[in-house]
Amino acid sequence: MSTDARLDAAPDRADGTAPLVEAEHLKVFFPIKQGLLIDREVARVHAVNDVTLAIEEGDTLGLVGESGCGKTTLSRTIMRLIEPTDGSIRFRGEDITAAGRKRLELLRREMQMVFQDPFASLNPRKRVGQILAMPLRLHGTPREDVGPKVGDLLGRVGLHPEHVNRYPHEFSGGQRQRIGVARALALEPRLIVLDEPVSALDVSVQAQIINLLDDLQDDMRLTYLFVAHDLSVVRHVSDRIAVMYLGKLMEVSPAKELYTKPLHPYTAALLSAIPIPDPEENRRRERIVVSGEPPNPIDPPSGCVFHPRCPRATDICRRVEPPLARYAGGHLAACHHPISVSGEEVAATTRDPSSPLSAGEELPAAATSDAST
Amino acid sequence: MSSAPLLSLSDLAVSFRTEQGVLQAVDGVSFELRPGEVLAVVGESGCGKSVTAMTLMGLTRFPNTRFDGTAHYKGLELIGATEEELQRVRGAEIAMIFQDPMTSLNPVMRVGDQIAEQIQAHESLPDAETRERVIELLERVGIPRARDRVDSYPFEFSGGMRQRVMIALALSCSPSVLIADEPTTALDVTIQAQILQQIRALRDETGAAVILVTHDLGVVADIADRIAVMYAGRIVEQGTLDQIFYDPQHPYTWGLLGSIARVDRERPERLPAIAGLPPSLTDRPEGCHFRARCPHEFAECTRVPPLEARAGVADHLDRCWLPAEQKRERREVRPGEIGLESKPGAAAA
Repeated sequence: MSTDARLDAAPDRADGTAPLVEAEHLKVFFPIKQGLLIDREVARVHAVNDVTLAIEEGDTLGLVGESGCGKTTLSRTIMRLIEPTDGSIRFRGEDITAAGRKRLELLRREMQMVFQDPFASLNPRKRVGQILAMPLRLHGTPREDVGPKVGDLLGRVGLHPEHVNRYPHEFSGGQRQRIGVARALALEPRLIVLDEPVSALDVSVQAQIINLLDDLQDDMRLTYLFVAHDLSVVRHVSDRIAVMYLGKLMEVSPAKELYTKPLHPYTAALLSAIPIPDPEENRRRERIVVSGEPPNPIDPPSGCVFHPRCPRATDICRRVEPPLARYAGGHLAACHHPISVSGEEVAATTRDPSSPLSAGEELPAAATSDAST
Repeated sequence: MSSAPLLSLSDLAVSFRTEQGVLQAVDGVSFELRPGEVLAVVGESGCGKSVTAMTLMGLTRFPNTRFDGTAHYKGLELIGATEEELQRVRGAEIAMIFQDPMTSLNPVMRVGDQIAEQIQAHESLPDAETRERVIELLERVGIPRARDRVDSYPFEFSGGMRQRVMIALALSCSPSVLIADEPTTALDVTIQAQILQQIRALRDETGAAVILVTHDLGVVADIADRIAVMYAGRIVEQGTLDQIFYDPQHPYTWGLLGSIARVDRERPERLPAIAGLPPSLTDRPEGCHFRARCPHEFAECTRVPPLEARAGVADHLDRCWLPAEQKRERREVRPGEIGLESKPGAAAA
């Protein structure tokens, strides 16, 4: 079962190579403890609740969702910065769920991270040169090679080599984010986790950083996990996009199709909530405004976690958790009443092995989805 | 839109004396705001949009600040007003919503009390009636179970809920001008849509005018009637929503419109970016401040272009020396696809 699940979690592949990163039925629960002398666990925050996904070498997977949906926890667990409660993580086919300190040290060379806030993620007391030299020195680059390497890194991210002696505060937000990217590149990693890398930047600078990331990916054949809440930015960088809500995957889709043909009502609501910078288009468009806010992940709703806010929810949504149904083209959606699909398409779906273990067997019924088309 | 302006700014300038020299944050900003109108002030960080908004509320009065020009609100000159005069206007007539709902509420005071405090500062209302009004306000901005939540502390609310409390606070005295400084920047898109709906409803119900300070042109397209684009302390272009989006005159506006990633379009090979950085406000270049980043710079640009109606329409103003027909030639007209080629030699940001 496990090998099948691994192959099927990825888009249709011809060769037999493993994806670069895989997460299988990954769960991360944070205990809430109470008590004076003995900490009793009184509840659990279901941050990541049975997520299975894979990223192909050289691809970009966009991971989107509202704040608190578990996207950052998921990305940090994949990096082994947070211990998973259950499930497994594989890197190049190797199970790293229980990898020890020695092994992790080597793995960390291959997985790096760029953080959201370029003001908080650089040490204000270190010069740029020291910031960039640190990972190199820690991983045993010979002393005489460090200097040239740092200069080379600065050049790669579009900064001048003479910036090497400056402090972070001497740079603008966009330039600081470039330093963050350079630091992540220092050890020539295979995977870079980008956690909201442009959300703190002005739009005109966002475009510069996105273009930089795009160029670096082409040059160095990098694999990105791009975590963001902004679907319009994600569209520009991703090959595949996973939409998360309350610790679960709602939809996984080829990037283009997610925007032209969202299957899950939650994805549709997210897309429709984004204002389009074009007044006429905005007036023409029908907006779905979902009411309320995401529920508390300590006690997630029964059945489909989105049902309390979903305009299409029926009785089955309250009772049965929908499995990830596989549609044509490797498009997955966990919904009993998918939108923008025909009856035939719904009839042709299969239950994807990446579905959560707690999900029911019920695939979306063709009859109920007809109403939408 | 023929009614008399509620608020009119004329050549407002704000500068701060700093160790690095005089920082000219706002430089000759003029606009008028009429009842029921939403004016969006857009620009990059540091362009002076927040300083303009805060100056209207009297929140930039520091020992090192220098003001020039005037800002009239219903016959009161805000810039020269005494603290007492301002206090009467502030909160009651002109209210403000700040960007960060996490830090703009008092963390050790119940949210209901914070709203009640503002109401009682402006009106003499008994406690019981004030409480009812607070609950009514919280219900109006969409806080469920308002009667129970009125005694909660800010930390018990999510970001979206806190921003609703801020809006309730701003609405508490039915202001005629609402200044919203990046009201949705810290929020998720689904919550952003709800908050924008709230602001729109307020405008429709009470006829209040809104100044919306933002860098998000999507939000602007959604809600604004008129737009002022600011760059390095100056308004570089000003016009109606459709004029700015469909007939933008200033190359900076082209760049802003061009660099937005759009959900409703095929992705381009590369996202057009504006090369370079805005100038330092203590050392701004002579003439047009944008010229160092502008691919269309020519000899004339060393002189400051006045804000004039150059596009052939009386209410569409801009500060660019290029003749209007050349501007229309050099840009593509579809919003989101207006390119601004990189200027060779401009430093990366």
